Amino acid sequence: MEILLDIKDLHKTFGNKHVLQGISLSLRKGEILGLFGGSGTGKSVILRTIIGLEGPDAGEIVFRDQNIANLPERQMIEVRKKIGYVFQNGALFDSLNVEENLAYPLIEHTKLNPTEIHDRVNRMLALIDMVGTNHLYPNELSGGMQKRAGLARAIILGPEIILFDEPTAGLDPVNTRRLLENIKRLRAERGITGIFVTHDIPSAFAIADRIAILYERKIYIVDSVENIKNSSDPLVQSFVSKPPEASETVNVRRK
Amino acid sequence: MTTSSLNRVIPQLSEKLAARLGFHILATIRFAGGFGLLSFQILREIFYPPYYFRLTIEQILFIGVRSILLVSVTALATGSVMALQFGYGLARFGGKLYVPKVVALTILREMGPVFTSLLVAGRVGSGIASEIGSMKVTQQIDAIRALGTSPIKRLVIPRVIACLVAFPILTLFADYIGLCGAMAVSMKELSIGNEYFIAKAIETLRSYDLFTGMAKTTVFAFFVSVAACWKGLNTEGGTQGVGESTTWIVVTSSIFIMISDFFLTKFFILTVYPKY
Repeated sequence: MEILLDIKDLHKTFGNKHVLQGISLSLRKGEILGLFGGSGTGKSVILRTIIGLEGPDAGEIVFRDQNIANLPERQMIEVRKKIGYVFQNGALFDSLNVEENLAYPLIEHTKLNPTEIHDRVNRMLALIDMVGTNHLYPNELSGGMQKRAGLARAIILGPEIILFDEPTAGLDPVNTRRLLENIKRLRAERGITGIFVTHDIPSAFAIADRIAILYERKIYIVDSVENIKNSSDPLVQSFVSKPPEASETVNVRRK
Repeated sequence: MTTSSLNRVIPQLSEKLAARLGFHILATIRFAGGFGLLSFQILREIFYPPYYFRLTIEQILFIGVRSILLVSVTALATGSVMALQFGYGLARFGGKLYVPKVVALTILREMGPVFTSLLVAGRVGSGIASEIGSMKVTQQIDAIRALGTSPIKRLVIPRVIACLVAFPILTLFADYIGLCGAMAVSMKELSIGNEYFIAKAIETLRSYDLFTGMAKTTVFAFFVSVAACWKGLNTEGGTQGVGESTTWIVVTSSIFIMISDFFLTKFFILTVYPKY
């Protein structure tokens, strides 16, 4: 299967803290890769580094045969049109309403006329079950709606890869289910490829094809959902059976 | 307090003082570097598309129109009080008729630019720092970048241009209102006629008096806007951080305006104003 994104020996340091120590990870076209890890272990940093919000200290991020690690900001703009980022809290612009938020990438990067943009926004709102919310501002939306609108904004340009940064964090089970259904529907209709960073193990199992576990600043294992579920590895089991925060404190010897 | 306890306390205090001083020096160096870098980025990005004309116009209106009342009241009060003080002060030496000359010169060269900049810096600088700071702590700045756009182009440049346009216009407005206030008080309180006031003001004022005032305001506008944007973009620590950024920009802008005003005045005395 075609490799769309290849991360090779990625290192990142914040002050004295070496957050990522040689991360290597591949993302195949059409798959969703679930990324587990304890709080503060650098899962979001991997996503932020991929999209260039953080510059890596060393390593390569190869996207479509181009190393995009440490690309200048102007060249990175082109890459960002092809990689969508779904922020944990949606990160909607609070001075813009839902329609303006969703239209933002279209206005910036396409030559569509206002009618076409309006139509495209409405189609996207229908896809995420938010029809009729065009004129609502972010502070008038529930947490779940903000996240869904953030998801819609991230994918409205039709990116090749979507980076999900804990999209279900803080959501109740009903909203979590609804968000996952939206992602599944988008996947069925658009065949999206993505990395799904989460603490929410059931959600990752429901949405991902493969799972990667980040442990002690490195990728500990990457395997299919089935193999991860059935793994006898104590560390993998500690992640799968308990919340990741708890598993971080478990002293498990590596095999 | 005994000598031994003093010997213990003094080094501790000195250590704390040195640490605090060191912190402030490092923060100042960091700000100077950040200010320089942001200024360079603005100059680099301002010349290539996309251009956000609508956002720039919105910011000019926002900064300009919403500051008019504040600037008017302050300019009116300043002009009136100056006329009153100079009138009664100079009357003791028989120099009451010099009020129009002195007041007109002071308003155009100093009070107009400095008071306007101080007031607008407080209002606009804090507004910019808190708005951009809030966007930073809620990841909206990251979102702008992640969506393939530049926060420098979209947020910083429109605000800097708006300040560079609005500050001088507001200063012109303040000069006019201040002179009107001074003229009204001169007539009412000092029995100096309007025609005499206008004639003497025109006789005294030169175009460079106006332009040096405008030049000062332009320098203040650039500093306030860039510093406020830099502080907003570097805000950390949630809502508390936003509050700290807001306070910081008001204090820093005020100090900068007061100190740089002295050096700018000195510069203009050496280069523009005629030697007597």
